[in-house]
Amino acid sequence: MARKLPRKDVVIVGLGWTGSILANELTDEGLDVVAIERGPWRNTATDFNVGYMQDELRYAIRKDLFLRPAQSTLTFRNNVEQEALPIREFGSFLPGNGVGGAGVHWNGQTWRFLPSDFRCRSHLSERYGEKFIPDELTIQDWGVTYEEMEPYYDKFEYLAGVSGKAGNINGKRQDGGNPFEGARARDYPLPPLDMTYGPKLFAEGAREAGYHPFPQPAANASRSYTNTLGVEMGACSYCGFCERFGCANYSKASPQTTILPVLMRKPNFECRTNSEVVRINLDRSGKRATGVTYVDAQGQEWEQPGDLVLVCAFILFNVHMLLVSGIGKPYDPKTATGTVGRNYTYQTYAGVEMFFDNKNFNPFIATGAIGQCIDDFNGDNFDHSGLDFVGGAGIMCASTNARPIATRPTPPGTPRWGSTWKKATTDNYLSSLYLNAQGGSYATRGNYLDLDPTYKDRLGRPLLRMTFDFPDNDIRMISYVTRKAEEIAKVMTPRQIVPHYRTKPYSVVPYQSTHNIGGAIMGSDPKTSVVNKYLQSWDVPNVFVIGASAFPQNAGYNPTDTVGALAYKAADAIRNLYLKNEGPLVPA
Amino acid sequence: MKKISGSSLSRRQFLASTAVSILFTSTSGSLARSFSGQLPWSPFAGDPPTPVRPGPWLFFTHDEAQTIEAIVDRIIPADDLSIGGKDAGCAVFIDRQLAGFFGNFERLYMKGPFAKGFPQQGLQSPILPTQRYRAGLAALDDYCRTTFSGRAFSALALPEQDKVLQELENGSIDLDDADTKTFFELVLQNTMEGFFADPIYGGNKDMVSWKMIGFPGARYDYRDFVGNHNQPYPLPPVSIMGRGDWGGKG
Repeated sequence: MARKLPRKDVVIVGLGWTGSILANELTDEGLDVVAIERGPWRNTATDFNVGYMQDELRYAIRKDLFLRPAQSTLTFRNNVEQEALPIREFGSFLPGNGVGGAGVHWNGQTWRFLPSDFRCRSHLSERYGEKFIPDELTIQDWGVTYEEMEPYYDKFEYLAGVSGKAGNINGKRQDGGNPFEGARARDYPLPPLDMTYGPKLFAEGAREAGYHPFPQPAANASRSYTNTLGVEMGACSYCGFCERFGCANYSKASPQTTILPVLMRKPNFECRTNSEVVRINLDRSGKRATGVTYVDAQGQEWEQPGDLVLVCAFILFNVHMLLVSGIGKPYDPKTATGTVGRNYTYQTYAGVEMFFDNKNFNPFIATGAIGQCIDDFNGDNFDHSGLDFVGGAGIMCASTNARPIATRPTPPGTPRWGSTWKKATTDNYLSSLYLNAQGGSYATRGNYLDLDPTYKDRLGRPLLRMTFDFPDNDIRMISYVTRKAEEIAKVMTPRQIVPHYRTKPYSVVPYQSTHNIGGAIMGSDPKTSVVNKYLQSWDVPNVFVIGASAFPQNAGYNPTDTVGALAYKAADAIRNLYLKNEGPLVPA
Repeated sequence: MKKISGSSLSRRQFLASTAVSILFTSTSGSLARSFSGQLPWSPFAGDPPTPVRPGPWLFFTHDEAQTIEAIVDRIIPADDLSIGGKDAGCAVFIDRQLAGFFGNFERLYMKGPFAKGFPQQGLQSPILPTQRYRAGLAALDDYCRTTFSGRAFSALALPEQDKVLQELENGSIDLDDADTKTFFELVLQNTMEGFFADPIYGGNKDMVSWKMIGFPGARYDYRDFVGNHNQPYPLPPVSIMGRGDWGGKG
């Protein structure tokens, strides 16, 4: 039996990036806010300690900071013909856990989406005609434009201390930046990171091939930085322990390094850790949330009443929370009706490996977001007329680490053990490079999330079920861009080039990306979206669902900048619209 | 929505002087806690790793230890590039891993029902690493005794050992009572972990693998060298425990 706690103005589910941003904004408004986090408290000095954070086995291989499947996982199948089975060990993607969420272990690659990405279907229809869009795709517009997003992108980038070079300031091209990006109001808060040798060679090769290289925007501080909340960050030391690790150096932007030092000092904020929200409670009408029920580490159930509930977990668990709480109509792929779980997408990766003679890249000198990129084949930056796909991918040389348990490239055909393996490993460790093609992921009718009929989590709730395979459109897209990457690789004259094309079926085993997207998508029509342009639930207006769950499909970029911008956008709407007039902000 | 009043704020500020309160009493290590009013902080609150100490086997029996030492010494043979897997401590590493949370897949989702599934659905077996090693090593020695007139794996000549391992890898040997391919992959993965992980876990003795490939280990600041393109990094590796010539145990 749940024990009832005193009411709060705002109850936040999960204290990662979006929960921290919303909590900080709404406590500034004078509201009494509680965040309920299923994982532990974490801070830099204690949990990302400089004395032992450089431990590949513990953090990257045994995944110490991540959500442990024993606590929660999901089931997976490629299509409805298969039986979904539990992901017993996370591989393809690695959800975060604890205070800071996935903001602890990300790399810091901080991209804005293209203006055309936000008007995906309209843009493609206007440029090529509606019939050009492959039938299998259920891509749609976001219900928000890039111009509306710009101030919120700016706000997140100045919070996070992003290092980069603008390519377009108020419509004016800037040398050395990304010429394809949407107009930004001002340059990045910090100059780009110092470039390592591999990305420099790639930039030279790409320029020679006629493309437009620029440094990757990085939430790894290139200089010491005092952010917009007055929190100080240290300059990045290029240690090469970024993704899968917390930053011991206060250089990678995370809730810990940018918000929590301010938020935690506020008397009207409270964080409860090791406490997992079981469901959002609704009143009898089903149209109003009354708060949440959660279970603490000792198994005691608590009811936390609140006037406003913000769902700020990792995207998969945002969708799960709506489904187990009965908020919104679950999507049914047979009839293509319902919205919750619809348009689940991912990220489409491929790459090109290069082996050089007589080069030393010192690949262990790295940061999570260092690198040079070209955007010439991303989104709709190139003419798709005559091509058999829509969408695109960025190409980048962004060596993020050379931690040797996982990263020791050898040419194909090399044995995996013995003296021959050892020699090949030693010969190639310092002298190989990788080009990534990071492609968008477009929604289809058959890729979706719902509840599993068989498998349960430790609290007895059905696990989330993922049904996903790569759309044929996306496979054609990434193959095209991978061939372009191969052409650039040839200009760089390595001894050997090994392309790694993406093929079906999608597998949850090898790591690809933790850019899980969609399932509680935003839009202008309640029949095809779960939340409105302010991330407010169409069905239960005092519930907002914040995160990459809101993207209707994915672009060829990392999601965090857009997630942060959407969090600020939702906070702005709550502060300036919702609190003045509680109810739907957009008529259904 | 009701905004909190000024008097409520000051009351809460007063309460915040005890910033960290344990919400609910328990003796568990992962308490549900409530934090408000300041960043929680207590001195020496870190969670450093525990160094592996030499000593008796924690998981392997004497016979199993002989077999696994022979295997890791062929996966990573001694040659002019490095010492072998046995001397590097890979078997000790695996032993200590199996005795810890890894051995029983404590962190994984191990609820049934178990079904075979497709390869792209990943690990679906209920068999734990401890069980896989126990059954696999026994089955391997049984196979060798039957095939090589009574000799266990560790008693085979080195070329014979290599041949058996190759056949395990390519699936041409099917060991009784063991999923042969999965067993081989697990041993290969754990041996490489032991060889390349920080020496604090019992393998990679004297950072031998890091010296071999040129990885500087647990260093944390390369700012001075970022711009020195295409030049060898001049400093030797360092472990979480330091380095031998510091007088420590590196």
